[in-house]
Amino acid sequence: MNTPSLILPFLALILSPLLVGIVNRTKAFFAGRTGQPLFQLYFDLAKLLRKGAVYSKTTSWIFRAGPVVQLAAAITALFVLPWGGASAPFHFNGDLILLAYLMGLMRFFTVLAALDTGSAFEGMGASREVQFSALAEPALLVGLAAAAHAGHDHIAPPLGNFQGALSLSGIYSSLSMDAWLSSGPALLMVAGALFVVFLAENSRIPFDDPNTHLELTMIHEVMILDHGGPDLAMILYGASLKMWLLGSLTAGLIVPVRTGNAWLDASAVFAGLCFLALLTGVVESTMARLRLLRVPQLLVSAGFLSTLALILLLWR
Amino acid sequence: MRLLVDALIVLLILTNLRLVASSHLAACIYVVALQGLVLGLLPLLVGTDPLTLRACVLSGLTMVLKGIIFPWLLLRALRAVQVRKEMEPLVGYTTSLLVGAVLLALAMWFGRRLPLPVSEASPLMVPLALFTIMIGLFAIVSRRKALTQVLGYLVMENGIYAFGLTFAREEPLLVELGTLLDIFMAVFVMGITIFHISREFDHIDTDRLSLLKD
Repeated sequence: MNTPSLILPFLALILSPLLVGIVNRTKAFFAGRTGQPLFQLYFDLAKLLRKGAVYSKTTSWIFRAGPVVQLAAAITALFVLPWGGASAPFHFNGDLILLAYLMGLMRFFTVLAALDTGSAFEGMGASREVQFSALAEPALLVGLAAAAHAGHDHIAPPLGNFQGALSLSGIYSSLSMDAWLSSGPALLMVAGALFVVFLAENSRIPFDDPNTHLELTMIHEVMILDHGGPDLAMILYGASLKMWLLGSLTAGLIVPVRTGNAWLDASAVFAGLCFLALLTGVVESTMARLRLLRVPQLLVSAGFLSTLALILLLWR
Repeated sequence: MRLLVDALIVLLILTNLRLVASSHLAACIYVVALQGLVLGLLPLLVGTDPLTLRACVLSGLTMVLKGIIFPWLLLRALRAVQVRKEMEPLVGYTTSLLVGAVLLALAMWFGRRLPLPVSEASPLMVPLALFTIMIGLFAIVSRRKALTQVLGYLVMENGIYAFGLTFAREEPLLVELGTLLDIFMAVFVMGITIFHISREFDHIDTDRLSLLKD
């Protein structure tokens, strides 16, 4: 464990609300508005933390535990997340499943807290969230498996022993330019699938509209309607961390900079993340929301892309 | 070169996928046109190193016929019958994608086990051909509109063509040209037939045609 890998997760904790800011600035630019400042989410969080919370009498301890568990799961996940070539503080074989299920835990507690309020609308949002994420998860895991397969000839010396080959840090350190040259089409498909998962999991257009105010069409927003004050701050911050988590998985794949210097690699991934946020803003400005019936189809397509990439690499 | 061929093959696999996942007939026709164009490029890339006149003629003819003339004929038929969408396919679009994934795995597995007399340009070539044939058949059996079934037929023929490319060096040019001419006639006739079916019965749903009695 070296210094950069210890510091990077804390940097992620500080920088993650910036991604949301970049998305919103891009959308404002496309709409021709002045838009909110780049650091708006930081201001919002500071404001919410100073407020008190109101709890409905029908809710139980689950409702209060929800935001705390979400935030804790997100922060834990940051510690197994590599920044491209820069490895995470903790890595072991199969930690990609830990990452996927920490995000699953986040979602589970969001859903439980939403159901705990007893509101019909929140139940509807919860049902959709669970349905869509059940389809997004195979795309993510199969995609990562394909990435592991693409890179497993190119693992960098520090993690070169087979032990690292199935950890996220091992996978991402091996996805160098060489891996792209030898299995470019497959990696491109994995990147596409991960980007779709990134949009779906972060409740972005075309899956969900973060700005919508119609309960019938909301998915993520409707589940957090009853939270306020510090709880809402934790949820918003947790959501931005989740964006960071899935964003780094995508950006680490599409930015094949593996210099061996952790700081250089990490800044390349950060540039990739900013680009990804920009791209998300462009997608949100230029696309309409999909009809709910069409959403599973897009997610299954993403799963198909991942599967195709894995099949291509297995039979290389 | 190998990477380029692989990329094109992946593109072909994705066009197959797009075909079974789309409900807009016009979009399906464009997808098949793209598939024809990419298939036309392949003889130039998989053949022996110096470009032969044979490969160029084959490639040019394929691109013109499959990429331009067939889509044009079908788009004309589409305009004439005034049908925009495949409304109720026998197998839904999300299910079709899953079926596509299974078919792909099957094609890969089968392609590996098929002993071939010649070495292929890319190990993905035979699986691609088998997958394209299967998707074509699947489109024929799972869709109601006559136009989609014609597209399925075309895709199936594309698969056979891709299979033939594996033997591109052994196969005589005349056979390929003959096949292309046959397909041309078939699409031409089917375009006219679709138009007549639609004028006679106000729809082109083939499963309703099976109920007809004389």
